[in-house]
Amino acid sequence: MKATRTRRARSLLAVPALAAAAALVLAGCGSRAGDSAEPTESGAAASESCIDTSGDTIKLGFLNSLTGGMAISEQTVSNVLHMAADEINADGGILGKQIEYVQEDGATDWPTFAEKTEKLLTQDCVAAIFGGWTSSSRKAVKPVVEENKGLFFYPVQYEGLESSPNIYYTGATTNQQIIPAMDYLAAQGVKTLFLAGSDYVFPRTANAIIKLYAAELGIEIVGEEYVPLDKDDWTTQVSKIVAADPDFVFNTINGSSNVGFIKAYYDAGLTPETTPIISVSIAEEEAPAMGHEVTGNYASWNYFQSLGTPNNPGFIERWQAYPDSSGVTSDPMEAAYISLYLYKALAEAAGSFDVDEINAAAAEGGITVDAPEGVVTLDGENHHISKPGNIGRINADNQFDIVWSSDGFIDPDPYLEGYDWFPADVRDALVAAAG
Amino acid sequence: MTRLKPWLPLIGIGVFAVLLLVVAPAVLSMHWINNLGKYCCWAIAAVGIGLAWGRGGMLVLGQGVFFGLGAYAMAMHLTLETAGPDSLPVFMILYDPSAPLPAFWEPFRSDVFTLVAIVLLPVIVASILGYALFKRRVKGAYFAILTQALAVALAVLISSTIRETGGDTGLSDFKYFFGFVLDDDANKIMVFMIAAALLIVCLLVVWQLNRSRFGELLIATRDAEERVRFLGYDPANIKLVAFVVAAVMASIAGAMFVPIVGIITPAEIGASASILMIAGVALGGRASLFGPALGAMAIGWGQSSLGSSWPSGWIYILGLVFILVTLFLPMGLSSLLGRAKSLGWRSRATPTAPATASAPVLDEVKK
Repeated sequence: MKATRTRRARSLLAVPALAAAAALVLAGCGSRAGDSAEPTESGAAASESCIDTSGDTIKLGFLNSLTGGMAISEQTVSNVLHMAADEINADGGILGKQIEYVQEDGATDWPTFAEKTEKLLTQDCVAAIFGGWTSSSRKAVKPVVEENKGLFFYPVQYEGLESSPNIYYTGATTNQQIIPAMDYLAAQGVKTLFLAGSDYVFPRTANAIIKLYAAELGIEIVGEEYVPLDKDDWTTQVSKIVAADPDFVFNTINGSSNVGFIKAYYDAGLTPETTPIISVSIAEEEAPAMGHEVTGNYASWNYFQSLGTPNNPGFIERWQAYPDSSGVTSDPMEAAYISLYLYKALAEAAGSFDVDEINAAAAEGGITVDAPEGVVTLDGENHHISKPGNIGRINADNQFDIVWSSDGFIDPDPYLEGYDWFPADVRDALVAAAG
Repeated sequence: MTRLKPWLPLIGIGVFAVLLLVVAPAVLSMHWINNLGKYCCWAIAAVGIGLAWGRGGMLVLGQGVFFGLGAYAMAMHLTLETAGPDSLPVFMILYDPSAPLPAFWEPFRSDVFTLVAIVLLPVIVASILGYALFKRRVKGAYFAILTQALAVALAVLISSTIRETGGDTGLSDFKYFFGFVLDDDANKIMVFMIAAALLIVCLLVVWQLNRSRFGELLIATRDAEERVRFLGYDPANIKLVAFVVAAVMASIAGAMFVPIVGIITPAEIGASASILMIAGVALGGRASLFGPALGAMAIGWGQSSLGSSWPSGWIYILGLVFILVTLFLPMGLSSLLGRAKSLGWRSRATPTAPATASAPVLDEVKK
């Protein structure tokens, strides 16, 4: 009996110890084959591009959340990308090749976005990926697309302070949406402002910028509240708005959490006459879905369905006729529509689908797209596009009456280099971190 | 055959090891090696759940807590390593560049501290939690709900402390893994090998525990806790050990998940992630040695391949399979093998050797 016990005890220890030793040896093998600890470019070159340009089609990837909380917004982006691909195909394709798209579901889950990006680039060998919505999804895609030397076209307004050789941004950066909104508020004589946002990267960063600029404009921030993306209860936070009694509420809430905010806002007796809201994520698509009419509140966007630009009526008509259409056009979907045409313009300027050649063509400058919002120009340095700034007020049809427009198109300035109130050391730290 | 039988699991582990460590890297593309690495992480957590739930009868619905402890310990270290000495991680600069690095981040600059924390943090948390619960004889649904609530609480805590933890966006963009450039394919294979080797180690540990006197006691506690108490053992201690071992495995799984997947968010450790871990174990067979690991890997595979071709449908397939397995195969898919074997053996065994030969097999099935 005793002998059995000791033998057992010994083997109990021996087996895992042996296995652990084996694991260490194996790990040692991997490290020898690997690089030194120095950050080298050669290490990254291990992943070669596998884009196939031999046939008469070119593969592109569409990566949108078709399930989960963001599906309501991203499904539209996916549909408009399909429409743009159909249009381009009917018109002869890109460089004579028909677009063959691979649709993937990001499932409102950031690691899934990273996984699908890797799959699209290395398994499907797509020439470029289009999609994403939340900044969190973009931040998940960014390292993967950089590592695999792919291209990612991101169609939604965001918080700026970012740039990447592998990402093109067709939505607004802060100086094309947030700063025009602040300029508008200052021109209206707004003295006090309350910030309400979802608790994630975009509202946090946007509000950090708003606070800096508000100090410059002499607007006092009388409160700042955040609620997680997936939470709808805004009652407590709205009661703080009532107590603070601001001239305006700056709303950076995203997705369905807006419904809870709007409900709490009207329940608390607030109205657009006394305490109007200016939003950066409520558009034509969202306004009717708020569960309460939101007439009289404001939004800052680059594109509105009500814009009188030459290309807009045709765009609206084609979209309304497209199967799976939501019936209304909005800023993010228009930016997604631009993104595919921007890729077409880039590939044709480069005469190639090669990522380096496309980036070289972008750097040479002069790439434009005749978009529904007007003729937008790509900045080859920071990979953002010029955009008009517009402020709209929601009318009874849930469309926007344009109350303010910028003087012409605003050039993109993601790192706010043209604004001396933005601390230079922060900018330098972020630029350094971006590499 | 009879003499070989006790060693069959070990042979199985050996075959599994060869498949994972030799065959997989040789035949799979980088994409699938990466994915397989991720499945291995879930499998490591599942092996622990198999021990705690399958053998110990504790329905651990909140393994995300321990998965998260390991994952965030590793992610904080890799984030700091990427940022470089004396620098703030990028997301902290974005939200508030003037504030210093939170104090609890500071020790994670050290390689050794991180590795120790990955093992010790779950031991400490699981010991305190387990001691408090098991000594008070909290069990069954109450225990399950409590662990689940903890997973939700941790996910909410992380979501709501964006400056300190990265919040809902999570931590990502890791460039280095203990000095190795993560971009490099050779290093990716190394990271995969470490995860696969750890899975093998965990299987060996559980196999060994199951064979030991402790394993017998654990099953006895699961099936008749009062009797074990009357025999002079304290069931609380027995359950505590299984719970702590499962927690450490979940933490190791989380830690390896981070360099392989490249991002960790509260969604990966919350309620639904924890339930998905359990689903894999139930599917594979919670009380068997390989069932939990293979079940978890199957779910992972389903998520990446069926989720691609049929995004809105795959979760229904999973639900349906789960219902069917629970209804008709309560001990999971691995019990199919046992059933088939016992049927086959019995029909062949009856003419030559009666009763005695088939008895232990039946015993095995009943377990």
